[in-house]
Amino acid sequence: MRRIYMDHSATTCVDPSVLQKMLPFFSEKYGNPNSVHAWGREVRTAIDEARASVARLLNAEPREILFTGGGSEADNLAIKGVAESLSGKGRHVITSAIEHHAVLDTVKWLGKAGFDVTVLPVDSEGRVRVEDFRAAIRPDTILATVMYANNEVGTVQPIRELGEICREKGILFHTDAVQAAGHLPLDVRDLPVDLLTMAAHKMYGPKGVGALYVRKGVRIAPLVHGGGQEFGLRSGTENTAGIVGFGAAAELAARRIANGEIDKERRLRDRLIDGVLSRIEDVLLTGHRTERLPFHASFCIRYIEGEAMLLRLDFAGIGASSGSACTSGSLEPSYVLLAMGLDHATAHGSLRLTLGKDTTEEDIDTILETLPPIVGNLRAMSPFKKNA
Amino acid sequence: MSMYNEKVIQAFMSPKNVGAMENPDGVGEVGNPRCGDVMKIYLRVRDDRIEDIRFETFGCAAAIATSSTATEMVKGRTIEEALKLTNRDVAEALGGLPPEKIHCSLLAEEGIRAAIEDYRRRRQGLPPLPPRHDAVCHHEIPETGEETRE
Repeated sequence: MRRIYMDHSATTCVDPSVLQKMLPFFSEKYGNPNSVHAWGREVRTAIDEARASVARLLNAEPREILFTGGGSEADNLAIKGVAESLSGKGRHVITSAIEHHAVLDTVKWLGKAGFDVTVLPVDSEGRVRVEDFRAAIRPDTILATVMYANNEVGTVQPIRELGEICREKGILFHTDAVQAAGHLPLDVRDLPVDLLTMAAHKMYGPKGVGALYVRKGVRIAPLVHGGGQEFGLRSGTENTAGIVGFGAAAELAARRIANGEIDKERRLRDRLIDGVLSRIEDVLLTGHRTERLPFHASFCIRYIEGEAMLLRLDFAGIGASSGSACTSGSLEPSYVLLAMGLDHATAHGSLRLTLGKDTTEEDIDTILETLPPIVGNLRAMSPFKKNA
Repeated sequence: MSMYNEKVIQAFMSPKNVGAMENPDGVGEVGNPRCGDVMKIYLRVRDDRIEDIRFETFGCAAAIATSSTATEMVKGRTIEEALKLTNRDVAEALGGLPPEKIHCSLLAEEGIRAAIEDYRRRRQGLPPLPPRHDAVCHHEIPETGEETRE
């Protein structure tokens, strides 16, 4: 049976070229980059090169890139770091209802620590309304954080418009670009963002390494104190193999964007979306039809439950994900889908299929042949289908 | 996602007694679509014995597996015997369920009881039992003694 991994929003495989660059840093290139001797200098050079590669992906300067232990840590550093640094200026923070937990829970934590928090609603396609955003800004607002693109529904936010409002009002703007970085062209010299989060493992790099872009001149406080690595903002001996892997993954991503591979991915995504919508009745696309991640397709399939669908797909060799309560391990289905106004029963039937760089047209066609009978079979068991 | 054992997977992949029933003698519908599981049980009763039983379930793999197994366990049994079926019996027959899925086996027990209650009401000439979509989900992880993960 051919197995088709369609969960690239969860994580990607490390590209073989990335792995090759990482391997020496587990063995012969073991020096501490903070050491003065040759062993250390060799590794320091490699980290500098990786930083330059990640910076190039964003058109940033190397000095503006901090390596962290992943996307969640970078989100925490951005939000808590700004809050700590600017608490004397104001204590109000703005975010959206569909942020990743790494942002939402961090902002809620600030709420308990005496900050005022505004959580903006989203429209039925998962977008923050620009006018809501503008209206939420107060004289004591210090930071707004809105994700570049959503992991569950793929919707890309109007980041430029939101950032321009922040510039105009003189507040800092952070965006969690974990899903978008490496998949959409990002240029921080052009885009009005002050802080931006990335994770290597979403772009064919290793897990456990992320980065925070911090615009030159923006001051944040560190979370981790110690030896003063990463410009004093993230102490601890560097994850050298991980950072080198991130650098290689960033180069790969830049090449893929430049070669138009993203457009190929987008065409396959549209083939999948159109195919699912035309072959299965009572299905809705979740998220925005066009303003969405090029590799992201997500649906709610009515009258059936997501976990059952995932298991049936898994046994057919297809790896997918869902925001149903049974897959999240909580009482509630996806808070993202609920924030978009979907009812609980519909949200329980969510299905996410996220393409990767190696996904082929044949894979998409296999999915389009496999999914409808699974849905049909589960619906035949459902007490709801006749009431449709 | 939960880790299911082979028996649960088998029951989920090839469930028995699936589908609606024409002119049933009793129908029970329990669960809550908000929580992501609803179970509907149809009974055909002859001489106080469950001659046939069918289910329709909206829910996760555990809900479908327990529906199938519970219906198999009471098919051919008397009403009194069927009423003795507990969620623990169903979970045990499946070789154990992950703790967060125990509520699914509870739903199977309740579904069969509701269908029997409906059957008895009909025999007394009372109107059919309305669907019981609980306002509260019982998606609680049992506190003690219900740990059935293998």
